[in-house]
Amino acid sequence: MAFTPVKDKYRSKVGEVTLGATREQGGTRAYTITVGGEATLPFLHFEGEIPNRPVVALEVWDVAPADWNPCFEPFYGDVYNNPAAWAKKCVEEFGADLVVLRLRGADPDVKDASPEDCAKVVKDVLAAVGCPLVVLGCGKAEKDNQIMPAVAEAAAGENLLLGVAEQENYKSLTAACMVHKHNIIAQSPIDINICKQLNILITEMNLPPNRIVIDPTIAALGYGLEYGYSIMERARNGALGGDSMLAMPMIGNVGYEVWRVKEANASAAEYPGWGEQEARGILWEATTAMALLQAGMDIVVMRHPKAAGLIKQNIDELMVKTSYEG
Amino acid sequence: MFIIGERINGMFKDIAQAIREQDPRAVQEWARRQEAAGARYLDINTGPAAKDPVKVMRWLVEVTQEASDLPLALDSTNYDAIEAGLEVCKRPAMINSVPAEWPKMERVFGMAQKYNSAVIGLAMNEQGIPKDADTRVALAMELVACADSYGIPMEDLYIDPLVLPCNVGQDHGPEVMVTLRQIKLLADPPPRTVVGLSNISQGTKNRELINRIFAAMAVANGLDAAIADACDDHLVEAIATARIIMNLDIYCDSYVDVYRKQQK
Repeated sequence: MAFTPVKDKYRSKVGEVTLGATREQGGTRAYTITVGGEATLPFLHFEGEIPNRPVVALEVWDVAPADWNPCFEPFYGDVYNNPAAWAKKCVEEFGADLVVLRLRGADPDVKDASPEDCAKVVKDVLAAVGCPLVVLGCGKAEKDNQIMPAVAEAAAGENLLLGVAEQENYKSLTAACMVHKHNIIAQSPIDINICKQLNILITEMNLPPNRIVIDPTIAALGYGLEYGYSIMERARNGALGGDSMLAMPMIGNVGYEVWRVKEANASAAEYPGWGEQEARGILWEATTAMALLQAGMDIVVMRHPKAAGLIKQNIDELMVKTSYEG
Repeated sequence: MFIIGERINGMFKDIAQAIREQDPRAVQEWARRQEAAGARYLDINTGPAAKDPVKVMRWLVEVTQEASDLPLALDSTNYDAIEAGLEVCKRPAMINSVPAEWPKMERVFGMAQKYNSAVIGLAMNEQGIPKDADTRVALAMELVACADSYGIPMEDLYIDPLVLPCNVGQDHGPEVMVTLRQIKLLADPPPRTVVGLSNISQGTKNRELINRIFAAMAVANGLDAAIADACDDHLVEAIATARIIMNLDIYCDSYVDVYRKQQK
């Protein structure tokens, strides 16, 4: 007797967001990337369409990171002080689909880079790579509200993804995205209710839902991964069930979170039973990312090139269509 | 639970006048208002006084569709009038309604199949409205079986357990609640449920209060749809809140607005 898979029917699907703009579209990108559009739960190809594969981004900073593990030296050491060259390396050597530029140097406690400096770094990176670009502020709301409008203006037409908007600070970034036609990252602190409310607040300012990407906030394996996972699950089930205020693609800063934890950084000398540090860190990052792909993450922001490579391979395998018919 | 807006009905004076004078303004105004308020379907009823219900139904469908893109629920006991409406509906409609009686079920489910419509099936037959839940459920089962034999998917069958005014048939209230739950056990996937909400308060003094408390209780018992006054803000707020409490929608501070917007 033939096996008939049980298929769920969903009322709706995840919206699509397109990042970047080619010359014909008013930008200078070599290609655009579209994420989202899932009509079923992650990778259930037999049940519904998954028109766009999840993408892998690598993280670039505008200043040399003082606290990154030494294992990154051989990969990025020569370009730590040159964000444009760093971005180029991520794309050309390490195969990143897109680049996330974190303007860490704008932090008053780091370099206090001016809005003009930040805009220049963004322009330099755009000139160096052809991929769509994500730009994150320094994380301090007051300063980010100064630099992000300048970045948005300098890169008008490039259809960037800018972050982050939070419930307590979303107006300035939303306005900048409206005026200069960029997309926005709506970040909520592992809280489905705030996630939904923030999307409502942003759309009430007339930024359309197809220009919002959800950052649900995730944590590394062993540090509350399952909380982020279950929020993402609820958001995705909500999206498929017709909740349009949760029907956006999702982004997660996997590399950033994983490389803060002891299990990724501690040396083998310190914990002999844990094995070699770099291999362990790579696996910690890749494992965290793999789990979050299963919860519906669309843009995975990685740090270690080898972990990124593993995840790209994992996505290739997951995107092979499964079929129970014939 | 969503609302089927009840206002385009020849029982209301302004609609009756619109029909009489062939002036679509009142109909279209109510189509727009109910849509803005969050109705997901618009009920279309020619009213008892229409001399030529077939012609009136077609006209009402046509002028309503000029003002709103919502799907329509064609409400009549005259199946020729319903068919005339279905012929001109731009989107799959809902037939309101059919009792568990032959040959009415044949005619209605046949039309539903032909026009790809949903159907409201009434848990009653020639003997009238049952007194208890068990008889209602038995009649619901007849509707399920008949719909299934015509290939109507269960998500397009809305069973109405039939609500009586609480000052007339007070003992029916708990039976309706039990029926709402048991209908969900009749098939997998289960049929949907619907009530004519305002019936519960016919002839009472606190109509709006009774309507919205009943709505919240019915949501708690799994009700899927109600033919109701979409422009009653307190009713919509009560339904949206009941859905939050029943974990049917994900909470956020603006959940009432979200409920209204998502009906479209």
